[in-house]
Amino acid sequence: MTPVVAVNGVTINLGGRPVVKQVDLTVDVGEFVAVLGTNGSGKSTLVRACIGLVPIDAGSIELFGTPLAKFKSWHRLGYLPQRSNATSGVPATVYEVVMSGRLARRRFFGGRNQADLEAVIEAVERVGLTDRLRDSVTELSGGQQQRVLIARALAAQAELLIMDEPTAGVDHANQESLAELLGGLVREGTSVLLVEHELGPLQPLIDRAVVLRAGEVVYSGSVDGVATHEHAHMHPHTGQPTKPGSLSGEGIWR
Amino acid sequence: MIPDLLDYDFMRRALIAAFLTGLTAPAIGTYLVQRRLALLGDGLGHVALTGVALGLLTGIAPLITAVVVATIGALVIELLRAYGRTSGDVALAMLFYGGIAGGVLLTNLAGDSAATLQAYLFGSITTVSNTDLWIVGILGAIVLALAIGLSPQLFAVCQDEEHARVSGVPVRLYGILLAVLAAVTITVAMRTVGLLLVSALMVVPVATAQQVTRSFRTTFFTAMVIGLFAALSGVVTSYEINTQTGPTIVMVALVAFALTTPLGGVIRSRRHRRLAHQLDSE
Repeated sequence: MTPVVAVNGVTINLGGRPVVKQVDLTVDVGEFVAVLGTNGSGKSTLVRACIGLVPIDAGSIELFGTPLAKFKSWHRLGYLPQRSNATSGVPATVYEVVMSGRLARRRFFGGRNQADLEAVIEAVERVGLTDRLRDSVTELSGGQQQRVLIARALAAQAELLIMDEPTAGVDHANQESLAELLGGLVREGTSVLLVEHELGPLQPLIDRAVVLRAGEVVYSGSVDGVATHEHAHMHPHTGQPTKPGSLSGEGIWR
Repeated sequence: MIPDLLDYDFMRRALIAAFLTGLTAPAIGTYLVQRRLALLGDGLGHVALTGVALGLLTGIAPLITAVVVATIGALVIELLRAYGRTSGDVALAMLFYGGIAGGVLLTNLAGDSAATLQAYLFGSITTVSNTDLWIVGILGAIVLALAIGLSPQLFAVCQDEEHARVSGVPVRLYGILLAVLAAVTITVAMRTVGLLLVSALMVVPVATAQQVTRSFRTTFFTAMVIGLFAALSGVVTSYEINTQTGPTIVMVALVAFALTTPLGGVIRSRRHRRLAHQLDSE
């Protein structure tokens, strides 16, 4: 089957300095891949390049078998940017921000339909913010704002989720809820490409970990293997991680 | 009093122009404030002055030359923002100075003194001609139709540009569209509030609405209602007390803001108490 993400020999220079060097990366259908590394390892830049936010200097990137330059099926992916601010110069409600996650599926000049509405309500429910639906995002805590942005990515009902440090600023209990939620989505067939600094509760979900250091892949394999791989900023759990068995896509958010 | 006003043709035209200005300026202004480009309107207003002067020099209707020059200015600033190494605020500063200098220079070359520009800088109710009204009406209708019809896309681009791009929205195109809509709005508002004060009518009603609103949608429409109120009552007041329309409208808008601020404080503290109560009971 065609991989959902195929990165071949990609090099990225930022300000004349190579940030990503000759990197290969694939995400197969239904696979959960984590790109790990310290700050400045190029992990975020690589993933941003996969969705066209950073231009590449060499190599090729394909999404769902289509070269990135020709890729138009944006409704097939949901994106969570790295710890961006959920607020802007004008107040916006949780509903409004999450609804913007439906944009790729909406017709030009068309209003929202029942499917959009249901997807938004479901996504907000999954991150446990249903009672805050009509509240302004500025009134929420940092962790809650992050959950709003996760809901925006979920609302796309995408086949591929690309998440840049989803657990940043989220407390441990809610990280576990996120793990439960993502576990459910993966079992339903969603592919996930994740950038993380520390894995925490997400660790048992990961099919394959790719470790970047100074722009180069230094490890690719099972997440357990990362533990033996020396890494200053990684704190993998030493206990045997158990795969969640009976979880649905519903997260229990506290 | 108001029926008397409507006996005058010029007042009827001024009120129709104010109606369109009051609606369009805050509508585009909401997106600019959301995108943290509140001063873009000001910069484009200055550029439009060069357009007015070009009209005076060539004998073409200043409204038409102003809309053309302001639109070119909008394109230039968006391209500078997108491709240039110049930061947004430096690009705006260039527009401010270039626009004013160009405007006064061309007016002098046309054989007029800078005083001729007064009516364009601060608005004037007696100068709205029938032709002006047609142009303002058509442009205002286009701006409103796009600002409302494309609101999901414009909202997404102004809220989170990168996320919008990954949703397949042609972000650069919408950035240009918004800047061009701002340029057109400025020309629509030129006769009523004037080029130097138009930005106030784009920003102040939005800031006022934000005191009491929580959603983008209600902010958008509340700002339009406030803008409409300020523009119409400003025109009537300026007739009654014999002042220029622009400053009068802006003062009405600022007074509305000042009066709403304490109300906003009360609403916010109530909301906080309610949320704190919810947390306690959980």
